[in-house]
Amino acid sequence: MAQAYTPGLKVKKFTIVSKTRRLPLPGEVLVREGENVAHDQIVARTQIPGEIHMMNVANLLGVEPEDTNAYMQKKVNEPVKTGEILANRTSFFGLLKSIVRASVTGTVEMVSNVTGQVAVREQNVPVELNAYIPGKVVQVMPGEGVTIRTPAALVQGIFGIGGEAHGELKIVTDSRDETLTSEKIETSCNDKILVGGALVTTDALTKATQMGVRGIVVGGIEHEDVIKFLGSEIGVAITGQEDIGTTLIITEGFGRMSMSAGTFNLLKSLSGRRASINGATQIRAGVLRPEVIIALEDDEARALTEEVDEISGGMAPGTQVRIIRDPYFGTIGHVSNLPVELQTVESESKVRVVEVELEDKRRVIVPRANVEIIEY
Amino acid sequence: MKTPEEFELMLATDVGSTTTKARLFKKKDGEYRFESSGEAPTTVEAPFEDVTRGVRNAVREVEELTGLRLMGKEGIIWPRTGEGDGVDVYVTTSSAGGGLQMMVAGVVKTMTAESAERAALGAGAIVMDVISIDDGRKQHEKIERIRTLRPDMILIAGGTDGGTITHVVETAELIAAAAPKARLGIGYNLPIVYAGNVNARIPVQKTLGEKYALKIVDNIRPLLEVENPEPARNAIHELFMEHVMSHAPGYDKLMKWTDVPIMPTPAGEGRMFTTLAELKKVNVIGVGLGGATTNVYSTYDGRFVRTVSANLGMSYSVCNVLKEATIDNIMRWIPFDIKPSLVSNRLLNKMIRPTTIPQTIEELVVEHAVAREALRLGFTHHKQLARGLVGVQRTMDIGRIFDQKSEVETYLDMMHIDFLAGTGGLLSHAPRRAQSALLLMDGFQPEGVTKLAQDSVFMMPHLGVLSTVHPKAALEIFEKDCLIRLGTCVAPRGIMEKNGNALNFKLDHQEGVVEGDVPFGSIKLIPLNSKSTAKITLSPAKDLDVGTGPGHHLETTVEGGVVGLIFDCRGRPLQIPEDQASRREKLLNWFQALNAYPEAVYERIRSENVKEAN
Repeated sequence: MAQAYTPGLKVKKFTIVSKTRRLPLPGEVLVREGENVAHDQIVARTQIPGEIHMMNVANLLGVEPEDTNAYMQKKVNEPVKTGEILANRTSFFGLLKSIVRASVTGTVEMVSNVTGQVAVREQNVPVELNAYIPGKVVQVMPGEGVTIRTPAALVQGIFGIGGEAHGELKIVTDSRDETLTSEKIETSCNDKILVGGALVTTDALTKATQMGVRGIVVGGIEHEDVIKFLGSEIGVAITGQEDIGTTLIITEGFGRMSMSAGTFNLLKSLSGRRASINGATQIRAGVLRPEVIIALEDDEARALTEEVDEISGGMAPGTQVRIIRDPYFGTIGHVSNLPVELQTVESESKVRVVEVELEDKRRVIVPRANVEIIEY
Repeated sequence: MKTPEEFELMLATDVGSTTTKARLFKKKDGEYRFESSGEAPTTVEAPFEDVTRGVRNAVREVEELTGLRLMGKEGIIWPRTGEGDGVDVYVTTSSAGGGLQMMVAGVVKTMTAESAERAALGAGAIVMDVISIDDGRKQHEKIERIRTLRPDMILIAGGTDGGTITHVVETAELIAAAAPKARLGIGYNLPIVYAGNVNARIPVQKTLGEKYALKIVDNIRPLLEVENPEPARNAIHELFMEHVMSHAPGYDKLMKWTDVPIMPTPAGEGRMFTTLAELKKVNVIGVGLGGATTNVYSTYDGRFVRTVSANLGMSYSVCNVLKEATIDNIMRWIPFDIKPSLVSNRLLNKMIRPTTIPQTIEELVVEHAVAREALRLGFTHHKQLARGLVGVQRTMDIGRIFDQKSEVETYLDMMHIDFLAGTGGLLSHAPRRAQSALLLMDGFQPEGVTKLAQDSVFMMPHLGVLSTVHPKAALEIFEKDCLIRLGTCVAPRGIMEKNGNALNFKLDHQEGVVEGDVPFGSIKLIPLNSKSTAKITLSPAKDLDVGTGPGHHLETTVEGGVVGLIFDCRGRPLQIPEDQASRREKLLNWFQALNAYPEAVYERIRSENVKEAN
């Protein structure tokens, strides 16, 4: 049977997390295979070419483009400083002098005898890549980056804003149904990753940013609050680059959404532990979901390996699922039946369905496309 | 090896951004027909990152439904084995992983840059940005933009043959300075197609040849009066296969499963819309409303234009429709008492869980509201490119001075569009065909007499790519199984200031003569089945035009369809009341006129209107 359902988000108290840290351009890897690294350790670095500045020297000197080279005082690959003479031209027996000075410090990269343009590239910008998660370097890709692996607890969110951050987990709501309001954010929240309940308000987000909170993990957020927080609408779900100070991860969806019990309880059990989080979300093309990673010590991991059973890939009677669309959005249940034949649902669409027994024992029929497996 | 004429079983897939669709075609009693279909979520993304998983899942559904064995360990079985396993040919289209994303550049924005944009779109690409010398951005801004774009490919045009060299080389130098990187994969050369002034080839080669996979083809605009997109399009397709597809997750495997080049989905769709235009010798507007993009195609007086509106779609891009259209424009199509904030939350939830489908009727109506806006915006984008060549010197006689549309306006006149056809998951899977008809009417606002059609189960891309190996089979299946005639829409152009009859009609068909009036602001449906045609006399009110001038009669022949003959007298442009109660009342009437939704929808609108009145 083909699998016509959405693979679920991972909520795992034990798994092996591998993170490939890749440089944007080839560079230098600073760690060796087998080495243990801390989350903030620099593992690779490179130089990104600096900004390029172009000026039409031929026009500025009043010469033909093909003659540009003849007037250049700095040649290709030669360094130049701001204000230094790049090119000059003397005419009328030295009476008239046209000078073109460099507007930036850098290296002459190109002199075009077709257009008369000269390009000066600023100095390279160093880029350093940290490990993001603590763990062992299991693979080195020379010049490109490394893969780091660690046993960890992992919670994948459904949507996030803001990039990588690191901090101690702090639970700030008593239950998974509560709203994370500004009153719940105190000075002790500085540098922490806060875990809330069903909704975070704009006021809370603003206060969190002011208080130096590293991240917020919450069930849901209203669309209008996202706009207020970001200062713009979300067009396409490609996030992670926002410069907002506090990384936000929502675990369930938009609107008021109680955090699933599994997620809340797992994070609660890890309160006080250090976590690496990333809000980067890219739903299309190489799906990327926001994540909370809490690295585990080896002995913790060993104990959990025996306790946790990995679930197999497919959906079968008994599989725990979350319904991800109205009219039962957010509810959790177990698959009770998987009818083979297509069924007509209220919208009159004929679809493959699944029967789900909800936590309150009600049995409901929903399209298979509208459930996701919960991977504990 | 069998010749195409001997093919009996053909399998095609479309690896869409959201769903992978498999379609099996079979030769039965000498006729090529659609046999079976299967669908599964596309698996370009993590955790799978291998499109062949989705293809296998979709094809497995076909296997289950037909009892045939089509796949083996190595993929699709072809040619067929002695035991009858497998198919005679396997072909596929793809738009997964973002399709083909291109940046184009030219010298003048409205001339060579626009020609380059049309050529890239014509090849089925998504155009991320158009760079030109006069685009209003400073050089450093352009460099920064090129640097951050990460396209799959770049197309450079510029200069007529023998024209400017300097500006073309300047564009090449900008690109060289920005040193853009390819979107997929690290350490392979970004493909660049150069289709500009022949005299600039050597300096362009010198500027870009070393660091990029540069392909030089004939000028896209050899003369101002001539646009020559074919060589650039062919080069784009070639490089798409060679450089782009081979780096997308799982495509290396998929490419080995077929010896027919993988085609971008919009290219496949476009082929079938042009086929329709050529077959019927008519002007056609077609639309493919997808999860990530809205593709619009027009064949008008022999001119073909394709646009791919990136980020206007019904799943991944649904929030961009919300952003571009605004919530108010989406809400105007929803007849229920729902808070706008709830609707926008729902759309965001659709975006983050793109493969879900509407279970309730309310959710369906909300999706249809967004679809209308995606179609409207996609068509607006299309019209910006479906226009004459700018820069051409024209000799104007007095008549043309008064008559000629400005060269910057679209040449598409809705009054002269004979066929309006739709494809894509939402349109093809709409529970009632009347819903598709209404969506096309609301999104495009056809004028005069226009036939409406849609893709039955979404197979236009499949037939498009199949037509490259077996055009006869593709055409037969297109006519018999793919194209569903929805009916004919009669829509007078203009509006009436006062209420009254917009149109009087006299319909003469097999079952007799039917006469009637249609009030302004309303829709009326006359059942007329797919195989019927009828003579009709249309008499519009004095301010309205059905193609012969305001208030003038028109005698013509209309074709029926699964929906029927639709008189759409809501005004052109379409008039939607701003007042809440009147708007809902109108939507109720329009939905009811076409029996577009179940009775429960109408009851809810009526009861909410009563509640509000009290």
